[in-house]
Amino acid sequence: MDEGLKSELQKAGIFTTTLNDLYNWGRGNSLWPLQFGLACCAIEMIATSMSRYDLARFGAEVFRPSPRQADLMIVSGTVTKKMAPQVVRLFKQMPSPKYVIAMGACAISGGPFKQGYNVLKGIDRYMPVDVHIPGCPPRPEALLHAIMTLQRKIAQDTLHQNRRKEEEVERIAALPVPEHGSHDLLPPKHDVLWHPEPVQRS
Amino acid sequence: MDSGAQDNPYLLLTVFVISIVMMGLTPILLAFLWTRWAGTAKPDDIKNAVYECGLETGTYQWFPLKVEYYIYGIIFLVFDVEILFLLPIASVYKSLPAGAIAGILVFVLLLMEGLAWAWAKGLLRWQFTPSQNVSPPAQPQRQATH
Repeated sequence: MDEGLKSELQKAGIFTTTLNDLYNWGRGNSLWPLQFGLACCAIEMIATSMSRYDLARFGAEVFRPSPRQADLMIVSGTVTKKMAPQVVRLFKQMPSPKYVIAMGACAISGGPFKQGYNVLKGIDRYMPVDVHIPGCPPRPEALLHAIMTLQRKIAQDTLHQNRRKEEEVERIAALPVPEHGSHDLLPPKHDVLWHPEPVQRS
Repeated sequence: MDSGAQDNPYLLLTVFVISIVMMGLTPILLAFLWTRWAGTAKPDDIKNAVYECGLETGTYQWFPLKVEYYIYGIIFLVFDVEILFLLPIASVYKSLPAGAIAGILVFVLLLMEGLAWAWAKGLLRWQFTPSQNVSPPAQPQRQATH
């Protein structure tokens, strides 16, 4: 719908006109994040949920201590290879529809620990990430921006595509949880998710 | 009010009860139908695992737990909660009618039953066993791994 018309209708008290909009409105404004933190980014995430930055404005303040009740995973911090199987298993245990925000340099790429033998170089090797937030750590405003970005992304979904999208996410989630091999996680990545550019060495 | 409600006063009540029940059931039914239509259920072993902490679920989980803590619950009721209830009664004890005294007695006797149970279990024997006084065996020295 045209944005101007939408704004005019909202002034008249009409907020949704289609079932699709109603569905997305409900999903986008009641994201329930999984309550877990991995490193210093988690401190920023906690600050975001507190009164100064007030994540409740976006309906995403209900941090759930169980993956069964959560639909948003905020991977906040360094994912070590020791921790990665647990994080992936939690993602698998979340019911659909589920979304992932990779928060901070470590979660998106390994960050300052990228050269470390024990740090996963980006959680998007194992799960489909919806929003990446750069920063070390990102400020609470950046997390709020990521939530808003995710809400905009949800608002674009249609009821017809939803089931197909969710099944795709579930298909990726059904891939095996990585295990600790003798040198690295096995598998080191899910091939359907991670297609790195070939390194050009001059 | 229409004639039907005047003839049978229970008619209005029945309509009221049915509407109350429907108010409770309708959202549940709608949620159920919506899940069937729009939801994506992909249950598997990991998704249905008992642990919700991310760790791998280990051994068989559906075993009965031995609930031994109940005996401390009973003792707590007898010696703490009962005192709490009896204290205000003690202040007005002399002016209470016989019926109230009987009521209190029933309350006390019910809890005394718990005390007798704990006594029969041997829980009130607070004896000192010499084996607890022995210092723990010396821990083996931790070997340096590298």
